[in-house]
Amino acid sequence: MTLMLDFLQTNLPYILSGISVGGQYALIAIGYTMVYGILRLINFAHGDVFMCAGLFMIYLSASMPIGVAIPLVLLLTVLLGFCIERVAYKPLRNAPRMSVMISAIGVSYLLQNAALYFTGGLAKVYPKAKLGFLSQRVSIWGADTTMVTIITPFLTILLVIMLTFLIKRTKIGMAMRAVSRDFETSRLMGIRINSVISATFVIGSFLAAIGSLLYFTNYDSVVPTSGAMPGLKCFVAAVFGGIGSIPGAVIGAFIIGICENIIKGGADIFGFGTSWTTFSDAFTFGLLIIILVVKPTGLFGEKSTDKV
Amino acid sequence: MNNPTLQKKDKTASWLMFGFITAIYAAVVFLELTMNGNHILFTVLKKGAIYSLVAVSMNLLNGFTGLFSLGQAGFMLIGAYTYAVLTMPVEVKLSDSVYRYYDCIVTFDTGLIIALICAGLMAALFAALIGLPVLRLKSDYLAIATLGFAEIIRAFFQWGAMGPITNGANMLRNYLDLGDIKIPFTDIPFPPTTFVFIVAGICIAIIILLINSSYGRAFKAIRDDEIAAEAMGINLFRHKEMSFVISSFFAGVSGALLAMYQFTINAQQFKSALTYEILLIVVIGGIGSISGSVMATFLYVAASEWWLRFLDDPANNILGLTILRSGFRKLVFSIVIMVIVLFFSRGLMGDREISFKGIVDKIRKRKNVKAAAPAEGGEGHE
Repeated sequence: MTLMLDFLQTNLPYILSGISVGGQYALIAIGYTMVYGILRLINFAHGDVFMCAGLFMIYLSASMPIGVAIPLVLLLTVLLGFCIERVAYKPLRNAPRMSVMISAIGVSYLLQNAALYFTGGLAKVYPKAKLGFLSQRVSIWGADTTMVTIITPFLTILLVIMLTFLIKRTKIGMAMRAVSRDFETSRLMGIRINSVISATFVIGSFLAAIGSLLYFTNYDSVVPTSGAMPGLKCFVAAVFGGIGSIPGAVIGAFIIGICENIIKGGADIFGFGTSWTTFSDAFTFGLLIIILVVKPTGLFGEKSTDKV
Repeated sequence: MNNPTLQKKDKTASWLMFGFITAIYAAVVFLELTMNGNHILFTVLKKGAIYSLVAVSMNLLNGFTGLFSLGQAGFMLIGAYTYAVLTMPVEVKLSDSVYRYYDCIVTFDTGLIIALICAGLMAALFAALIGLPVLRLKSDYLAIATLGFAEIIRAFFQWGAMGPITNGANMLRNYLDLGDIKIPFTDIPFPPTTFVFIVAGICIAIIILLINSSYGRAFKAIRDDEIAAEAMGINLFRHKEMSFVISSFFAGVSGALLAMYQFTINAQQFKSALTYEILLIVVIGGIGSISGSVMATFLYVAASEWWLRFLDDPANNILGLTILRSGFRKLVFSIVIMVIVLFFSRGLMGDREISFKGIVDKIRKRKNVKAAAPAEGGEGHE
């Protein structure tokens, strides 16, 4: 018990930032899990949408007050997500699943190259100072951290509650649940598939934009590949929690965020030495492979059966 | 095939193909002996040959066995590192010039060909181990798991504890590269582009032989319908594992060739972006077409390294626009790729191959039409 408490005390800064990163991952992971639930598609471009939101913030905040810039960033990101779905995924609705996935990889490649072109290949400095409130330093139980660490989990949980309400209580939410259960039948029932799918992308991109506002305040700059790794990790979080399940994605994201930060912190993990830092990214994938082999449906996923 | 005319046609076609390939190789040797070796053409040819090998190996998995794997970069990394560590001379390993922070524990070096084969074998060994858990997964889960393993491999090779072998996160250099190849028993340097072409050509030929064998037919059966294939008595796991291991072997060899071509290697460059690039090449060429993959690779490499270079140069701007600058080439490129993915999803070749038999048949038909035209009044169908 004391060993446990010691571990908590020494690693508190990492656990706190883990919770914060976990919340940011959760917001992105929801986008993955909702899209996968409906289209059975790993939206590889989602991480890059997240990166683009960071770049929008940099460019917009340079020319207008922050109060105008933030809503505009959210709007632009949502628009980007919507356009990607309409241009790259909608024409392939009847194509094999792999073609859609390849298209997603293509979009990801396109967004990264577009970002590379528009930024001129330079790392763009994130306007942390303008989001001064978020990067204020505070101290909890002897651990020094920033305001964003405290705000993120609460904001995440608030947004998840709102999203759950949307899905359980509104008409569009009901349509989403129906489409994710059975694509063809819900189409026969008169649900407008395209608008439901668009709504999914809009919600996913909106949450990713909020996640990006919180995430990049911890970093100095945004580069075109900034979104790739968080994107993959959030997909893993979604798989870990059971793909298609929103609470699953949130819990998976928190677990991954915390574990990753403890490893990254270079902590002596229960006496196993401290040279694990290189594995902070690889850990996520190790977790993915274990979960896929042991319980492929994830923590909360539904079991699907193969029909011949 | 008892029909003598049919057999004769087949023979003409295979002679034609043989002649065509010989002509390409002769052209490469000729160009290399006559032109300045620093010309951009040779960069394209070398890189094209290396990438086409890995593209074909990816096609063996994705196009012929239906396993959507995204682990190619990881296996290339294993191949590149194995090759570099094995061929680095012992004096270099023991001095501080490369292994500055570690003491290298590999106290021997091997020849080039042995190292190339070992590079493939090492990648195949890793693939065999990874395949055990991963190949039970289906479609996109398999994709993401192999992508994950590629990342784990990368972290593993950069790990401090692996430093005495892999030099940790630092790069490797001073191993045998393309400039160090000698013609056997002499001191005359072997033409590098020809060497890459020979190795890649042999490997691709082996893959083609495999695809046309009974194993290849089993792979295709698995691709078309797993359950039906299993019902026909094909051992699913064994064939999937075989395809995965063989594909990784050749990815490893191409990684080793890449190391030779580059003079230095670092685990950082083998990120998932490399796999995506190769996947897009395979898609452009047509999933399930070897000749398509090879053509697409050379087109892709030539366009990105050579033909579209002018797009990156601000000096080429006209009308006072400032569109052309660094990065524009890649932007144009990715838009072209998106157009191919969306509107020409079959790629250059679809799942067909360049068929010399088809060409021979067509020529013959035309000849027959011409010959028959005067006699039968224009209705010259066979």
